Amino acid sequence: MPQNEYIERWQKQHGKRLDHDERQRKRQAREGHKQSHDAQNLRGLRAKLYQQQRHKEKIQMKKRIKAQEEKNVKSAAPDEPSKTPLPQYLLDRSQETNAKALSSAIKDKRNEKAAKFAVPLPKVKGISEEEMFKVVNTGKKTHKKSWKRMITKPTFVGNDFTRRPVKYERFIRPMGLRYKKANVTHPELAVTVQLPILSVKKNPQNPLYTQLGVLTKGTIIEVNVSELGLVTTSGKVVWGKWAQVTNTPENDGCVNAVLLV
Amino acid sequence: MATLYPPPSKRQKLAQAERAREQQELDTIPSDLGSVRVQFYDQSTGQPTGPAVSVPVADANVKNLETLLNTLQGNEDDERVPYRFAYHSEKEGQTIDILRDVYHSLLEPGVKTTEDTVSLFYTPQAVFRVKAVSRCAASIAGHGEAILATSFSPINSSTMVSGSGDNTARVWDCDTGTPQHTLKGHTSWVLAVAYSPNGAMIATGSMDNTVRFWDAKKGTALGGPLKGHSKWITNLAWEPYHIQESGRPRVASASKDSTVRVWDVVSRVIDHVLTGHKSSVTCVRWGGTGKVYTASHDKTIKIWNPKDGTLLQTLSAHAHRVNHLALSTDFALRTSYHDHTGKVPGTEAEKRAAAKKKFEEAATVNNTIVERLVSASDDFTMYLWEPSTSNKPVARMLGHQKEVNHVTFSPDMAYIASAGFDNHVKLWNGRDGKFITTFRGHVGAVYQCCFSADSRMLVSSSKDTTLKIWDVRTGKLRMDLPGHKDEVFAVDWSPDGQKIGSGGKDKQIKIWRN
Repeated sequence: MPQNEYIERWQKQHGKRLDHDERQRKRQAREGHKQSHDAQNLRGLRAKLYQQQRHKEKIQMKKRIKAQEEKNVKSAAPDEPSKTPLPQYLLDRSQETNAKALSSAIKDKRNEKAAKFAVPLPKVKGISEEEMFKVVNTGKKTHKKSWKRMITKPTFVGNDFTRRPVKYERFIRPMGLRYKKANVTHPELAVTVQLPILSVKKNPQNPLYTQLGVLTKGTIIEVNVSELGLVTTSGKVVWGKWAQVTNTPENDGCVNAVLLV
Repeated sequence: MATLYPPPSKRQKLAQAERAREQQELDTIPSDLGSVRVQFYDQSTGQPTGPAVSVPVADANVKNLETLLNTLQGNEDDERVPYRFAYHSEKEGQTIDILRDVYHSLLEPGVKTTEDTVSLFYTPQAVFRVKAVSRCAASIAGHGEAILATSFSPINSSTMVSGSGDNTARVWDCDTGTPQHTLKGHTSWVLAVAYSPNGAMIATGSMDNTVRFWDAKKGTALGGPLKGHSKWITNLAWEPYHIQESGRPRVASASKDSTVRVWDVVSRVIDHVLTGHKSSVTCVRWGGTGKVYTASHDKTIKIWNPKDGTLLQTLSAHAHRVNHLALSTDFALRTSYHDHTGKVPGTEAEKRAAAKKKFEEAATVNNTIVERLVSASDDFTMYLWEPSTSNKPVARMLGHQKEVNHVTFSPDMAYIASAGFDNHVKLWNGRDGKFITTFRGHVGAVYQCCFSADSRMLVSSSKDTTLKIWDVRTGKLRMDLPGHKDEVFAVDWSPDGQKIGSGGKDKQIKIWRN
């Protein structure tokens, strides 16, 4: 169980309050009143933060409304028969846009041995330990021995990670620098999808960084591609696939990766 | 550190014990029930066979009943026939299949008691047994584009034809796994291929709005393209052999332009244009009673008389496009006078008689010729029809959760299989459309399915690149056939049961055998 899901756990074990739904409904019904109250009465920094957040929410809202309106418009484009041959029973169906189109080409490429070990970024610049770790010396004993490190780069921390007691925790991975999703580009289809990261497979800098899940440029990560609908030759759904990080996440604030096919 | 599960709670333990007890009890027949009187009837004629026989309930399973019936009929050891039994009561009009034994099917549910005489209707099963196909015998490259349709010759399993997106159809020698002929001529994708019932000709329909005929032996074109349709051809159906005029076979072609045209193959003219559908015609079937059945995107199924091109009946119940039709006699019509022994009658009159006999054997129920029809639709349901008696469906088959793309009747007409885009293949009773089981295992949309000649197995092809063979009786996966590198669009099981041919997006024909 992830460390922070104690509420869900409790609800699974004991259920919810009997009036839970009712309370939720009422709270939601009063949401507008609360927002109005906050907007009028908050002062100073809180007001500023509140307005910023509200501004972002409104942008999202408008985008969603626009998307919904576009969806309702019926396109008058004639349904041209597709360019790729299709059997009779698939001809008049609207084609689902899936990233599967080229999967056979991809599989062919896989068969070539040479392509197997080639990655898009073969070499990366080294990162020194001084740059990677910041020495933590808070507290008297920690200060004396200086054995505690904080990782200054973005990391991936698995869902089931539980922190060790502070006394034994040698590496700290800051919450603000943790990533769960990567923007993964399929090189041949030229589509980019945001996919959950499953694990860090290899950090080219140092095996220790692999263990710690550090995301630097050139790191090989495993991403969850189940929603792309790829299948193996034996007809199983492909779940995890490897990808290589192509940007420097610590500078950009996001993880971009390219799928290894 | 391994996860340590907590010990099961009392409720879990009780539930498990309960389940174990139920499973154990399922198999036993109480031995103190004495015996039951059984009277056998022939399903096709409705006549009783032999006197009523007293059978101990504990021994009254299908295997023993089969032996008993064979003895009553005086069959020698080498000519014993496997049978399927069903209980049928005239009064309530209900029919129950005897799946394993009389006790579990009739006595335990309280349908009959040991005091009554149980009337059992028997139907012979195929005497031959098709072996499960398990390996890829050949994988033949040749087509330059995806393969869209395949069909085995009705004669035997050694030739197969495939239509492809590279504008050709190809005839393959399946014994050696080599290409035999390339049928070039179409100017666009070949969407439909069909062997004539005598196996001498091949008809192909294409995206270029034409139909062409080919000599199956020599691989040469029989004349040029037959023009007439204004949109692509979706399906082709040959006139059944026993109702063909001598030397004048005909073909019905369904098209996207919402018409069906009946072509005279020899004089190469349009016999009739069947107009009436309001949208694309997806499927056409030519029944053994001389009617043409068509399904269309306009939600209706229409039945035509191809003699004068008139509309006989319109069946409307579906709420969305009708995708596919299957006739209960499809297999008999497709193979006409060919059978698993490989013997061909000498003269044409004999061939015709043999084809007619085969059709009548397949279609006769209680001394009347009944052709049943099943239709699959985009409204996620299927309907079972008996057009000769009523415009109303016999049964509605619910259960699929997405569009149903393909339906087939088993050769012995006992089952219906349906393939849907919801990744499932479902099996239904061919008599009353009752749900039997679901074959789960595919992880992509299932495109086509096909029964083996003995109706004991089913093959399905899917978007997930595999073929799967299912055991009809147990409802389990019999064999998984991976190997295709992309979606499998077309699959066909040869009429003699030896081979399966499949083709798809990876441009390769694969021949599978046991």
